[in-house]
Amino acid sequence: MTRHASLAAAFAHAKSENRAALIGYLPAGFPTAADSVRIINQMVASGCDIIEVGLPYSDPLMDGPAIQEAVDIALRAGTTPETVLEVVEQVAAAGATAVVMSYWNPIERYGVDRFATRLASAGGLGVITPDLTPEEAGDWIVATDAHGIERIFLVAPSSTDARIAKVIESTSGFVYAASTMGVTGARTTLGSAAGELVARTRPATDLPICVGVGVSTGEQAATVASYADGVIVGSAFVKRVLDAATIDDACIAIDALTRELAEGVRS
Amino acid sequence: MTVTDALGHFGPYGGRFVPEALTAALDQLDAAFRAAIVDESFRAELAGLEHDYTGRPNPLTLARRFGAECGGATVYLKREDLNHTGSHKINNVLGQALLTKRMGKTRVIAETGAGQHGVATATAAALMGLECTVYMGEADTKRQALNVARMRLLGAEVVPVTIGSRTLKDAINEAMRDWVSSVEHTHYCLGTVTGPAPFPEMVRYFHSVIGREAREQILAAEDRLPDAVAACVGGGSNAMGLFSGFINDESVQLRGYEAGGQGVETGKHAARFAQGSPGVLHGARTYVMQDEWGQTIESHSISAGLDYPGVGPEHAWLHDIGRAVYEAVTDTEAMDAFAVLCRTEGIIPAIETAHGLAGAMRLGKQMGPGGLIIVNLSGRGDKDVATAARWFGMDLGAGVEVSEGR
Repeated sequence: MTRHASLAAAFAHAKSENRAALIGYLPAGFPTAADSVRIINQMVASGCDIIEVGLPYSDPLMDGPAIQEAVDIALRAGTTPETVLEVVEQVAAAGATAVVMSYWNPIERYGVDRFATRLASAGGLGVITPDLTPEEAGDWIVATDAHGIERIFLVAPSSTDARIAKVIESTSGFVYAASTMGVTGARTTLGSAAGELVARTRPATDLPICVGVGVSTGEQAATVASYADGVIVGSAFVKRVLDAATIDDACIAIDALTRELAEGVRS
Repeated sequence: MTVTDALGHFGPYGGRFVPEALTAALDQLDAAFRAAIVDESFRAELAGLEHDYTGRPNPLTLARRFGAECGGATVYLKREDLNHTGSHKINNVLGQALLTKRMGKTRVIAETGAGQHGVATATAAALMGLECTVYMGEADTKRQALNVARMRLLGAEVVPVTIGSRTLKDAINEAMRDWVSSVEHTHYCLGTVTGPAPFPEMVRYFHSVIGREAREQILAAEDRLPDAVAACVGGGSNAMGLFSGFINDESVQLRGYEAGGQGVETGKHAARFAQGSPGVLHGARTYVMQDEWGQTIESHSISAGLDYPGVGPEHAWLHDIGRAVYEAVTDTEAMDAFAVLCRTEGIIPAIETAHGLAGAMRLGKQMGPGGLIIVNLSGRGDKDVATAARWFGMDLGAGVEVSEGR
């Protein structure tokens, strides 16, 4: 797979194949910096269209137990935002279409403009900010515009229609629709909230709408792909790595899961 | 009062840094709060509870013998320790519990450090027939075991948090995670003047009764305003409650005392103003103890209630504009002040409160006999007996469990 020059190109490619895009998440530095590069390269080789490289943060209050544990491992391994940018650079060079997912404080601390600059030169295309809303994003909007970085904000089932419109005004790249009210983590059933949220968001934007939080199987991916432009999977990938005895085992498990999900978005 | 903008900022601080899923709930809370405080029936109901249930107004006690230890300054204690449940925390909780009912929600959740806010929340939940879950760092459940038992007796579920530093910071993370999932029927009864807007402003409002009473009482007793008002500052709700009564009186110094732990130079402390820097934690921009990469640094204090790496955003603003002054008080200084108050006034303070008392001793010595100081006696120390006994190397005798203290 080759790296797309923009998120729009990645979604256009998926659309040309009449399917949703598959978006996979992994924290940088988990379980080590080198291994996270290897795992992400596997995710790309096995069928992820876009990669979300997680920036490990000490207080991930939107994440469930699996991602908390992974992030903790990454932080204990010494992962910093510099590590994250290096991981982005390496996976982008290897062909990944990559964005970063980060809580706000590490970006603010790093320097908002500096982060956008460095990410752009590393080949990253955008940033998902789960605890930043457009009201607090003044400097971020200026910096991302200046450096051509996509700003991916979230909408949630509790967002009013007016609120969705407001969030989308500041969003670029794609809209991240949180499927359920809750933290990240695999769920056996997804309920109807995600479909309803996408339906409410659709009239407000031409941007691709991607659904995350809770998707872990090919079957769920197929369901979500029937109404969304992208399917985001995080905790399920993380769990495969947590459960593997060795990095080789992890890559085998990641390959199998990615293929299952890639088949799901194509069904 | 410091005025916030429409988005809940105090200067550059405060605001809302939360998952979008919580925006609707915060908007709902903001609307309910603003409607309630101009609704006579709400104000009357809250005032009635404060009077008949909490036991307000509580006294402003002249501490003659303690004042002698404060350079001879005249020192008054605002007796929040005499409130039902033993601390100032009940003021905020009664207000939020009433709002919970107004919003039609049936469950409250809370974080707690020392356990005082958890006890207060469990109390209000029992009083108003609400379901209650309290998140508490596992380390704190051990050093504040008495309060864990109190919460359970009151019918609350206490969830020990076993992630991260296992203290207040992690309890807030877990409470936020619960709230994202349960927000439809659950109110997060946040216990201090931080978190996303409108919490800092709302919690201050419910505690402003402290400053209002203290101002009236000191004018009645001394016929003049104090030279300084002093309080310990963890998140900073008891301090904000007291400060709010005097913030427009320019002659009154506002003094906050944060936990210096084993000494600011050791790194083992919770002195956000001494060594923190502006950042975002738990939904607000404020001073945060963080490393060069923006990762939160774990705080340390003998006091569970002050053991927190962030601080209320209004305190950050008052600090920057110089309206309030914040200093660190070490564990040792606080425990010395704890002992002095016990033996001079016959009052066992909470260890959190002892930081404010140590500050008053420092301040009184600077002011001398002409000085007039109000210290917020924010809580009583029953919960800290085991920790204090261990600190002072006391033998409590058979049958008293000292090992649960740190």
